[in-house]
Amino acid sequence: MIRVQNLTKRFDQFTAVNNLSFDVCPGEVLGFLGPNGAGKSTTMKMITGFIEPSDGKVSVFDMHVSQDPQAVQTIMGYLPEGAPAYGEMTVIAFLQFIAKVRGLKGEQAEQRLAKVIEQVELAPVLNKPIDTLSKGFARRVGLAQAIIHDPKVLILDEPTDGLDPNQKHQVRELIKGLAKDKIVIISTHILEEVSAVCSRALIISEGQLLLDGKPDELERQSRHHNAICLQLADEYADAQQQLASIDQIETVEAVAEPEDRTFMLFPKDGQMLLPEVVRWLDDKQWEVENIHLEKGRLDDVFRQVTRAQTV
Amino acid sequence: MTFNMNMTTIVMQRQLHSYFATPIAYVFILMFLVLSGVFSFYLGHFYEKGQADLSAFFNFHPWLYLFFMPAIAMGLWAPERQMGTIELLMTLPIGQTNAVIGKFLAAWVFAGLALVLTFPMWLTVAYLGDPDNGVIAAGYIGSWLMAGSFLAIGSCMSVCSKNQIVAFIFTVVVCFIFMVSGVPMVLDSFAWAPQSMIDFIAGLSFLTRFDAIARGVLDLRDITYFFAMMALWLYFTQVMLQRNKAK
Ligand SMILES: Nc1ncnc2c1ncn2[C@@H]1O[C@H](COP(=O)(O)OP(=O)(O)OP(=O)(O)O)[C@@H](O)[C@H]1O
Ligand SMILES: [Mg+2]
Repeated sequence: MIRVQNLTKRFDQFTAVNNLSFDVCPGEVLGFLGPNGAGKSTTMKMITGFIEPSDGKVSVFDMHVSQDPQAVQTIMGYLPEGAPAYGEMTVIAFLQFIAKVRGLKGEQAEQRLAKVIEQVELAPVLNKPIDTLSKGFARRVGLAQAIIHDPKVLILDEPTDGLDPNQKHQVRELIKGLAKDKIVIISTHILEEVSAVCSRALIISEGQLLLDGKPDELERQSRHHNAICLQLADEYADAQQQLASIDQIETVEAVAEPEDRTFMLFPKDGQMLLPEVVRWLDDKQWEVENIHLEKGRLDDVFRQVTRAQTV
Repeated sequence: MTFNMNMTTIVMQRQLHSYFATPIAYVFILMFLVLSGVFSFYLGHFYEKGQADLSAFFNFHPWLYLFFMPAIAMGLWAPERQMGTIELLMTLPIGQTNAVIGKFLAAWVFAGLALVLTFPMWLTVAYLGDPDNGVIAAGYIGSWLMAGSFLAIGSCMSVCSKNQIVAFIFTVVVCFIFMVSGVPMVLDSFAWAPQSMIDFIAGLSFLTRFDAIARGVLDLRDITYFFAMMALWLYFTQVMLQRNKAK
């Protein structure tokens, strides 16, 4: 278990991480969300022992990161922000260096190298100097480096940044496919990624924890939760006003996408109104082209909580 | 924080690999060989002296090192900070001590290689006369130990800056201070001070220590001095690393 207690980091007068506390258990994939400069990377740097906290502490499976960083780092894989790597080395030489540091030898090292090279599809660039790689490939080298020893704890700072859609998918599958007893922490600006891979999300802003929950719990806080997206087949006079008159509908917004004649119906208090709306449409004998229920949108929640803070 | 030979070796190998990844290393060694030759033959009057020894050659080493060693050492840490790879290095389970020593050893081995490649000088005196090989061997050992002290200072300066050029300049300055503290002109300016203090200042100088060894006197105190310098500046390197971490 990773236990973060009252973690604080001050750079001179500026507080980048402010009294952050949370626990992560094996099996959890935790997503860090937050605006630029929220303190996500700084928190990861403290968890991995790269920088010392100004206050508070981090322990990983009861090992204190500040007191015994090497012990913690042994069971950890870390992809730092921007995936730094030794540019003059070829991909294969770099990965061999990491494998040696990780104590992998002989046959075992060969196997692990082959495995990660396959997992992040590095075969075409193995003999290229890292300096000459495209951004996406450089990121994949960083990922390979982090997982080469099959670590119990994996910390990935924006792992899919700069990857093409196929690779994004691949990396998400890779994270989901990791053994169930691992702890994974990722940071990302891609909100679908959180719903796709994370079992839990933290929203951080200005170094403080604002929200902590499962992605679907967070989505439920969105104003789009249980909203109904309705696309009519025909033009009806005053459609928007008429829809708004349905009981328990709070507001109706016209949506330009995918076409006119589309409306978003927001229920009062996030109630489930789909059957009622369908009955109402039936009464009116309005032709419907498409109707579906919204689960809620993480970006709503994100904007809501992070804006509220800056105001 | 414990010393681990295996980790140290891995770090050293990677650093050596990075030294030789570009042609700069070869150009550098070539320049060192050419300059050490030019200095001994033209400025040191190697032939005119008519002695079968390498004193003309060794006499210039401190001054050559004043610029060559900072250039080797500046690349130890500054680029890692600049490129962000230090975050990778310091979050791998290597341990600070091993990283500091491994990197230093790479630089020291590199300097040793340049020094070994001056062996034609030895061949030349051996061909021309009948040199005292013991004195020459002592000169090489002393020179390498002195190089190590320069490099340890350079390692510390390199950790203090993200900029290699800044690291280079600071290393030259600090090394220069440790050299001139043995020059008579400087010592004369301390004429007012008690003799014990003058001896102490002279004792801090690379020049005083190196001259003794290069004359063939392998005094344990001089050897200890160079190893102590290395240990001290590598310790400072680690202190600075730790300070960067807590900043
Ligand atoms: N070494 C440092 N010195 C001073 N300030 C720093 C330092 N490192 C980070 N900061 C500041 O701390 C704050 C948090 O930075 P951090 O990199 O953790 O943000 P982040 O959440 O990862 O942002 P992003 O989404 O842009 O990656 C920022 O305001 C940053 O400017
Ligand atoms: Mg960041």
